[in-house]
Amino acid sequence: MSMIGNMALATALLVSGVGSALAATEADYKAALAAAESAEKDAATLRNRWTKTESTLAAAKKAAAAGDFDAAAASAREAEALAKASILQATSEKTHWKDMEIR
Amino acid sequence: MRVRTILLTVAAALSTAALACFAASAIAAPDTPDPVADAKAFRKYFTDKFPKVKLEDFVNGPYSMNEDMRKQWKEKEEFPPYEFALDAGKEMFSKPFKDGKTYADCFPNGGIGIRQNYPYFDEKEGKVITLELAINRCREANGEAPYSYVKDEMASLTAYMAFTSRGKPMDIKIPNDPRALAAYENGKRYFYTRRGQLNFSCASCHVQSAGEHIRAEVLAPALGIMNALPIYRSEWGGMGTTSRRLVSCNSQTRAVPLEPQSDEYRDVEYFLSYVANGLPISGPGSRP
Repeated sequence: MSMIGNMALATALLVSGVGSALAATEADYKAALAAAESAEKDAATLRNRWTKTESTLAAAKKAAAAGDFDAAAASAREAEALAKASILQATSEKTHWKDMEIR
Repeated sequence: MRVRTILLTVAAALSTAALACFAASAIAAPDTPDPVADAKAFRKYFTDKFPKVKLEDFVNGPYSMNEDMRKQWKEKEEFPPYEFALDAGKEMFSKPFKDGKTYADCFPNGGIGIRQNYPYFDEKEGKVITLELAINRCREANGEAPYSYVKDEMASLTAYMAFTSRGKPMDIKIPNDPRALAAYENGKRYFYTRRGQLNFSCASCHVQSAGEHIRAEVLAPALGIMNALPIYRSEWGGMGTTSRRLVSCNSQTRAVPLEPQSDEYRDVEYFLSYVANGLPISGPGSRP
């Protein structure tokens, strides 16, 4: 295959790759939502949910209800990241709260 | 020779272990719960930070540390915005329940002049009992529906009860019960723990930044902060209970608030009230 042919194939693969990364399916959304809700459940167990995680989860569900699975999956992934950050905060603070204590 | 070497090794190991134990106890010592030392250190922190503020004045929050605000507050106190709540609370307090009893039947001294003793640790239940919780338990015991912990009725009742205790020094006891000490420690941990997306603890605002501006507001010092509750807040356009104050503080840091009267909220109220022992009750208060 010529160099131009190789470049065309590579470009086509790249474009198709990007395309599949952007076009989320309902299944992608559901998987992302399940992961986010699982992380948020752990945050709740630690008594440390964040309001932003809750509103981002709500945004994901709203986008899914409107059939926009790209936005829904993106919001669900963001919610999972936020929930994981709140878990990290709660875990870290189990000992670090003492740093702020007046002694 | 071999035995001697073993003996020397054992002796060295024992002395190392003893040293390690000593070191551990030396390090662990500051973590041993000591509410008396905590209260002393807490008071010292604020009196050192604000040497011009009289100790008993810390209960007046931002008005103790900002002269302009203090002048406005003094003028406002001539016709205080919590006056309507006080009148309503007095009426509610004396109105009999359906069974003919009143709040006076549920509280020591008929419920008058007792605010300074709340919250207390109930050794039967093994938990902290706040004034708001005790009021709702009184209602339920007499066949009445409990009040919302964040709405006007509870604020009015506690405003009246606080008013009858004005000037009395906060007097919170930690009984000789490991559960009481655990509740105090849990409250302390909650107070200093960072939470929410903004990564703030209660102490971020009310210890580290007390007296500083957050937008147009001056942050109240944590010392004596419970003594002024409940409060009328211009920002809320009405009265707020202790529960409402804690819930809204959590929301402001973008943390999902806990349920009112959860163990954590009861315990943090216990901690903050204990370290303010001796400071006068100033509630109901008013804040911008």
